[in-house]
Amino acid sequence: MQYLLLIYQNEAGAPAGDSPEMATMSKEYADYTRAIRESGHIVGGNALQRSASATTVRVRDGKTLLTDGPFAETVEQLGGYYLVEAAHLDEAIGLAARIPGAKWGTIEVRPVRPMAPPA
Amino acid sequence: MLPQVGNTGLMDPRLAEAIERIYTNERDRILATLIGMVRDFDLAEETMHEAFAAALGLWQSSDEIPDNPRAWIVGVARHKALDRLRRQAAFAGKLPELQHGVERIGNRGMPQSAGTRGEDVFPDDRLRLIFTCCHPALSTEAQVALTLRTLCGISTDEIARAFLTTPQTMAQRLVRVKRKIAEAGIPYSVPAEHALPSRVDSVLTTIYLIFTSGYSAASGDSLVKADLCREAIRLARLVDTLLPGRGEPAALLSLMLFHDSRRNTRTDGDGNIVLLEDQDRSRWDREAIVEGVESLAKALRLGVGDNSADSRYAIEAQIASVHATVSCPGDTDWPRIRALYADLKRVAPSPVVELNEAVAIAMSEGAEAGLARLAELESCGRLDNYHLLPAAQARLLDGLRRWAEAAERYQRALTLARNEPERRFLAARLAAARARMAESATLEPTCDTH
Repeated sequence: MQYLLLIYQNEAGAPAGDSPEMATMSKEYADYTRAIRESGHIVGGNALQRSASATTVRVRDGKTLLTDGPFAETVEQLGGYYLVEAAHLDEAIGLAARIPGAKWGTIEVRPVRPMAPPA
Repeated sequence: MLPQVGNTGLMDPRLAEAIERIYTNERDRILATLIGMVRDFDLAEETMHEAFAAALGLWQSSDEIPDNPRAWIVGVARHKALDRLRRQAAFAGKLPELQHGVERIGNRGMPQSAGTRGEDVFPDDRLRLIFTCCHPALSTEAQVALTLRTLCGISTDEIARAFLTTPQTMAQRLVRVKRKIAEAGIPYSVPAEHALPSRVDSVLTTIYLIFTSGYSAASGDSLVKADLCREAIRLARLVDTLLPGRGEPAALLSLMLFHDSRRNTRTDGDGNIVLLEDQDRSRWDREAIVEGVESLAKALRLGVGDNSADSRYAIEAQIASVHATVSCPGDTDWPRIRALYADLKRVAPSPVVELNEAVAIAMSEGAEAGLARLAELESCGRLDNYHLLPAAQARLLDGLRRWAEAAERYQRALTLARNEPERRFLAARLAAARARMAESATLEPTCDTH
């Protein structure tokens, strides 16, 4: 079976980019990623950009409605995901709007954080 | 205004004035080109200012301005941006995005002739900038703030004052919106044809919001607010010029011009509200009205689409034009206004539109008919806290000499009014209605005895 491991954290409490805490955290993540690669468990994974960079997409009455910011409804639950390659946000929004669930649910479009290739 | 750089006091005033003029007229276009090159709002703005500072010194010592100063500034700023990115890349080692930035700018062909010949070497990128600043994935406040800061060059402090917030909050908002554009990959481009109608609507909504923020009687720095109206009109003119085949920008432009033509007559010298029918029409801005009429004709000729949102401004502009083009309030074609509000109600339904339609009914069919419609509107409850509903009722009751009822409605409107000029206006009307009420009570003393 495959499992999706979702990482939740408080963005406001995240360490600064150049702090020793960040260096420690980056190393821990690199170690963990290497370990699950070596054990053959990893299928894929990404760090995401801050939630403020998200755009939520809904399609109602055939019209695409956009909202700045992450999905904030508590009535709906995460039901699936697609990871897509798109040239820019407009293309990603277009893909999101074509997901059937966009007609009744909500799609959060969140950019993946670009990572330097492993040294 | 050009930020103070170096000692401009020692400068030939004509040269200083010429550079100031270049800054005023070319700033948005230069910035749009630079953002297109470096894909970084802050870097583009900083290097543009550095290039203007360099221009002040260089053009002074050579005592002449290049034939194409815009290309000169772009060339120098681009060079400075490239320099800075290279330094950062060298300092930070191998950061891929910096290296990528250097390559991108380096590859963007910089014509050798720039600055020496008079030809225009850079395309006008302002449309791309407008569509980026007004991207629907950004919040409305963010769109407004970024548009004012970037396309209009209004300072963060001034924007904060106009929107009654602190400079810190406004600065934060600008940082966040620029970060979202970069992180989310919002493209720096004019949308494809199929997406254009909805994207144009987003741009026009932002422009109109800037205008109404400047036009509303709510508090806020009045000088900055006049700037907002001027800038909104300038932006609409720009979009109209850059998207010549579309009617909607021309429709919005004409709507704002008609409103703005009355700017100087909407209040008296003491800041009191003067109603449309009491305004001195000889002081309306004729030039603005003429341009408004032309823009409206153009919009209707080009068509404004079947999309409801697209035709909204055209209908509102037609209503405004009926008022703007009659020299005496008594000549106003109220049946036409009523018909236009009925159209507007269809494409952009809202209780406020229905309120205006009720007033047009009163003006074309009589106060009783208007009051009946207002009563229906009141009973639906959607305008419970809107002061203009009881204010409209009060005015019609005034006209029917039903002073006691008018006074009660003015009192209600006064309770709901949102700003000082409105409160002063309604308080004066209330006092007048009460005086008439007392007068009629003494004239007809038998009324109350039954």
